[in-house]
Amino acid sequence: MTKTLSRLIFALGLASFALGASADNITGAGATFPYPIYAKWAEAYKAKTGVGLNYQSIGSGGGIKQIEAKTVDFGASDKPLEKAELDKNGLMQWPMVIGGVVPVVHLSSVKAGQLKLTGELLADIYLGNVKKWNDPAIAALNKGVALPDQDIVVVSRSDGSGTTFNFTNYLVKVSDNWKTKVGSSTSVKWPVGISGKGNEGVASYVKQQDGAIGYVEYAYALQNKMTYVLMKNKSGHFVTPESKTFAAAAANAHWVAEEGFHEILTDEPGADSWPITAATFILMHKVQEKPDNAKAALKFFSWAYNNGSKAALELDYIPMPKSVVKQVEESWKNIKDASGKSVY
Amino acid sequence: MNTQEPQLSQINRSSKERLYRLGDVFFENITRFFALLVLLTLVAILASLVISSMPSIKAFGIGFLFSDDWDPVQEKFGALVQIYGTLVSSFIALIIALPISFGISIFLTEMSPKWLRRPLGTAIELLAAIPSIIYGMWGLFVFAPIFQKTAQPFLKETLGHIPGLSFLFAGPPMGIGMLAAGIILAIMIIPFITAVMRDVFELVPTVLKESAYGLGSTTWEVVWRVVLPYTRAGVVGGVMLGLGRALGETMAVTFVIGNAQRLQTSLLAPGNSIASSLANEFQEAVGTLYTSSLIELGLILFFITTLVLALAKWMLLRMNRLEGTKS
Repeated sequence: MTKTLSRLIFALGLASFALGASADNITGAGATFPYPIYAKWAEAYKAKTGVGLNYQSIGSGGGIKQIEAKTVDFGASDKPLEKAELDKNGLMQWPMVIGGVVPVVHLSSVKAGQLKLTGELLADIYLGNVKKWNDPAIAALNKGVALPDQDIVVVSRSDGSGTTFNFTNYLVKVSDNWKTKVGSSTSVKWPVGISGKGNEGVASYVKQQDGAIGYVEYAYALQNKMTYVLMKNKSGHFVTPESKTFAAAAANAHWVAEEGFHEILTDEPGADSWPITAATFILMHKVQEKPDNAKAALKFFSWAYNNGSKAALELDYIPMPKSVVKQVEESWKNIKDASGKSVY
Repeated sequence: MNTQEPQLSQINRSSKERLYRLGDVFFENITRFFALLVLLTLVAILASLVISSMPSIKAFGIGFLFSDDWDPVQEKFGALVQIYGTLVSSFIALIIALPISFGISIFLTEMSPKWLRRPLGTAIELLAAIPSIIYGMWGLFVFAPIFQKTAQPFLKETLGHIPGLSFLFAGPPMGIGMLAAGIILAIMIIPFITAVMRDVFELVPTVLKESAYGLGSTTWEVVWRVVLPYTRAGVVGGVMLGLGRALGETMAVTFVIGNAQRLQTSLLAPGNSIASSLANEFQEAVGTLYTSSLIELGLILFFITTLVLALAKWMLLRMNRLEGTKS
């Protein structure tokens, strides 16, 4: 009896060891924002190749910690790491997919795409300097739109998120006041208003509060048919948040592989560029202890770049421009095994 | 043969006894081990909280408790807003939940018809089984909009005009906020307090109650003079159980409290709580000081809960001592 039991335990242990050691599944952890598209890609990739992806959407901060601790094959972050940070931990970084952050409002007299705002004005609203919807500064931009004499209810994200990082990064670029008083991070000290948890929290606060303004990811604004706002971009044009304007911002960005593609897509030049566009990033170690795993992960990313565009667009993400993909795939040569041989 | 038989059975019995005794020793030790395990876990949690929050304790010292600044960008942290929000929302919850739970349990034990007791009791217990995220979502999507359009304007119109109270009901009605969080918490802790109260009320010997009724007491007098004094310890225990749950509640509060990092006296205004702050920010917190400040928040919550339990025990002891001097 005890013999069979111990044999069973031994067999189980062996089996779990074998499972742990196999390179069948790619493991990753990090940002929640790209989770839906990573999951969709993983499903299609598994059906085609049999290689699965185990991605845990624990947040960008968690993703960075996990890849530094080498518990996963790749980490994912909405906030790109600076070159110094990358070098310190021997990491590589590249952008994987693009999304956008969209200001949304709740005003009974205003329809989607009617209200126009500039970055400075958005910063002033979030600083609490502009308090009413019929403020002369808003009215001057929106001739012909009925703006009520109503308090602006400012809604932000309460949880730390890449969405907040990109939104505040934009405000820092367009407003000196914002830069000195608040700054940019995954969560900041909001001077006014209320904060909801997650995109759904922000969206429901905006829907409930008459006169509210908030910011959500593009996919979320679209699926919930929210009243989005037109924003003035760096070139002085008012643009609509849509695939085309996000792609324009990505195409006009200046990507440098040596800098770990450290590029935040806010306030990019170009007539069509949406000013609060955001890329999400992948992190991997330059020297791989498990080259087979790294190779499997890179194969998956390459497949996603080349075959995953349709799935991305269906979920309201924007695929990376071809020129950038080429640059990224070129940079993968620098991922090596212990002996210095490229794994990909 | 005849002389040997009892001897044999004696040997058998004593070896069996030894086996039983061995089992007893084993049982005793294993229960002791489990009990100590709890203590060990508690100490380990406390130790790891203290160690991990060291950077923040060193950086901000005692000022951490009195600063309302929580700025992840400048890396300046203070816990005043969260501590205030935690205490106030739990206090509101207790004020609402206590009389309601008391009423429910009196009704269930003293007045309810027999056939209603079981279904009503089960329904209340079921409230305790609902996951807190459901309360949060219900609070945000269903309760808050109704609250915003009905109760909050009413409170502003009535209590908001009373001098001395107006500061509690200032600002625009937003549905969410400190009061909404308190009410949702009250609904969540009612089943806990009720369950304990009902159980202890049922323990009151019928003889005592019957004699009081026999002397001509009303139901209220029986409840107030006989049932409650007899069950005081249990009632205080139940209340503290509810308060402990309210202090540590995370998801439900996060959804409805508004998560504003500002100190505001108005109950209609949004605030923040320790547990809610942790739930919101821990995932994406980067940097040693930020993370350790969040852990220090957890440590503070740990102390607040311990303090509440200690206070309850002390109150019970004092009541018992007073009892002794009286009789």
